Amino acid sequence: MKLITTLLLLLTLSVGAHAAEETKLQAANVDLSDKVSLLRGAKHFVTYCLGCHSAKYMRYLRIALDAGVDEKIVLKDIAPEGASIYDQLHSAMNKHDAEKWFGTQPPDLSLIARSRGADWLYSYLKSYYIDPTRPFGVNNMVFPDTAMPNPLWQLQGEQHTVQRKTIWGEYAQLVLDEPGKLSEREFDRMVNDLVNFLVYVGEPGQMERQSIGKYVLAFLLIFLVIAYLLKKEYWKDIHKDVH
Amino acid sequence: MKINRLALCGNWILERFPLAKVWNEHMTHYYAPKNFNFWYFFGSLALLVLVNQFVTGILLTMNYKPDAKLAFDSVEYIMRDVNWGWLIRYMHSTGASAFFIVIYLHMFRGLMYGSFKQPRELIWIFGMLLFVCLMAEAFMGYLLPWGQMSYWGAQVIISLFSAIPVIGDDLSLWVRGDYVVSDATLNRFFAFHVISVPLVLVMLVFLHIVALHEVGSNNPDGIEIKKYKDEQGIPLDGIPFHPYYTVKDLVGVAVFLIFFATVIFYMPEMGGYFLEHANFIPADPMKTPEHIAPVWYFTPFYAILRAIPDKFAGVIGMGGAIVVLFLLPWLDRNPVRSIRYRGGIYKKALLLFVISFICLGYLGTQPATPTATLFARLFTSIYFGFFLLMPIYTRWEKTKPVPQRLTEQHSLEEQLHTLEEQLPALFEEITETKPVTTEIGDPAFRSSFFTRRPNAEGLLNVTTRLVKKLKESLD
Repeated sequence: MKLITTLLLLLTLSVGAHAAEETKLQAANVDLSDKVSLLRGAKHFVTYCLGCHSAKYMRYLRIALDAGVDEKIVLKDIAPEGASIYDQLHSAMNKHDAEKWFGTQPPDLSLIARSRGADWLYSYLKSYYIDPTRPFGVNNMVFPDTAMPNPLWQLQGEQHTVQRKTIWGEYAQLVLDEPGKLSEREFDRMVNDLVNFLVYVGEPGQMERQSIGKYVLAFLLIFLVIAYLLKKEYWKDIHKDVH
Repeated sequence: MKINRLALCGNWILERFPLAKVWNEHMTHYYAPKNFNFWYFFGSLALLVLVNQFVTGILLTMNYKPDAKLAFDSVEYIMRDVNWGWLIRYMHSTGASAFFIVIYLHMFRGLMYGSFKQPRELIWIFGMLLFVCLMAEAFMGYLLPWGQMSYWGAQVIISLFSAIPVIGDDLSLWVRGDYVVSDATLNRFFAFHVISVPLVLVMLVFLHIVALHEVGSNNPDGIEIKKYKDEQGIPLDGIPFHPYYTVKDLVGVAVFLIFFATVIFYMPEMGGYFLEHANFIPADPMKTPEHIAPVWYFTPFYAILRAIPDKFAGVIGMGGAIVVLFLLPWLDRNPVRSIRYRGGIYKKALLLFVISFICLGYLGTQPATPTATLFARLFTSIYFGFFLLMPIYTRWEKTKPVPQRLTEQHSLEEQLHTLEEQLPALFEEITETKPVTTEIGDPAFRSSFFTRRPNAEGLLNVTTRLVKKLKESLD
């Protein structure tokens, strides 16, 4: 027994040490019931992301339906000029041009929140810094040597890395050099809206799923009570035999 | 008159088809031991999950496209545009994991109560064939969403065939139908997943149940109820499966469905274990993911594969880990079935086996660092040691006397009731009351209130008692 406990302890320790090496992510505040945030996120997505990235499994109509706003508002405020409400969120960028410009095709972002996670996206978009060795002059702390230039640099401003020393070792920290159009708080909220929207786009039905869930569970609990009482009634005679 | 007509209609069928006979034989006149406990829910639950997989699977095929260019998109189409498509898909994906949870618990029940022993060897063999089929079914089904993990998981596992000397490369080429996993592979896996393997599964379930009903169910006491029968030839300790176990299983179904629905509606990805995060990226033959991990239910076997340094030996080890289970009825030399009357050595061995199986499962999800590999090797040795040393250690076992008739165990309600009665005393033991004096307020009330604090000595006593009890249960 002693051996097993020691082994288990060692195992957990080795795992803990492993996890500490990764970059620490900042937590995004995802709230899909905040429809206004979703709409702001949609607007930001179309403005800053759709130029290169599509979200091809998503339609403008679905945004209108899920956010509970009129189709006309979505067309006027969110969708690009000339889009139809039935259109998917396609990018206008040509695939071959993209390969030429970035060396890779910008991925479709419909499911990015499901593969990367909200916190990763939130931290990634905030972690760009100046690096003259990279083709676009910027690099990223969360995703080193990313092929994507910083789409939000005008809003956030320019950051650079500073090495800090602590008793646990050295680590890099980002410092804002030149403030952008938005204050830090405004920028954080803007990125958070964008991430919120991407989480929604990852599975537009998730709000519906959770709201149905409670009725299903309530039904099953009632079913459990009835099934249990039925069982007890039937098994009365069996237990009587024994005692 | 109307009722008479209906009855006539019923009789017409019954005269031509042994419906009543089959029903009686397998339900109302099938006598099951009356002491089935918690562990006996999982057989019927496995059947429930199988039906769930069939129904949701058929619905999914109506919108899924087995085509490398369309597969990923069609799954997202099901998730977004098909009415209730998300529910059907999550029921199917959660059902796959639930199937393995239920089956692993069902098999563990067999290990605990010796359900594989004479005369039930064939039931165990059919069950193991079912397990192998289920693994094939799950493996091929996992390719269908055509995500990165689908693709690279299949690539890794199929490439294992190429480790076989001489015929290896040709064999893996034959399995894939191409030099890499491609549209050809997807199409044939689809065919196997929706037709061939499910057919075999259904046939094996039929055989499993027919074989079970021939010899009768085992039970937590591991004794034959058929030894003691009444004048009518009905086992004294047996009760008709229907209605007693049908209503009891209904309770199990309700509890299971509560867990099942919680996962489906609130955590369908199960933190990346039921639906892996990397599988939300479409398959890309040009980009190998950094870390390829199979779905959780394969990870114990995957860890065994990686633990063995040589690739071919690893493949044999992984296969051997399953083959050795087939041999179980002949490896265990002890005639006593139930763990209740078996010796401490088997209890300890089984505990070690369960720990190593779970740890292997965990290690299979993690990157193979040198430390992890070392542990994987240790647990692999325990895994095989449990089976291969069984002919030796089961001979040494000092078993306890086995009763002639079923014993009455405390039911869950009774156990809860005793616990409820003991709780206040237990609370008194692990805490102590101390008077509190304060400087504030009227002197008359100063020492009039008490606080409860944890009592170190009491806690130690309770823990020692618990550990002793646990140790005793292993003797």
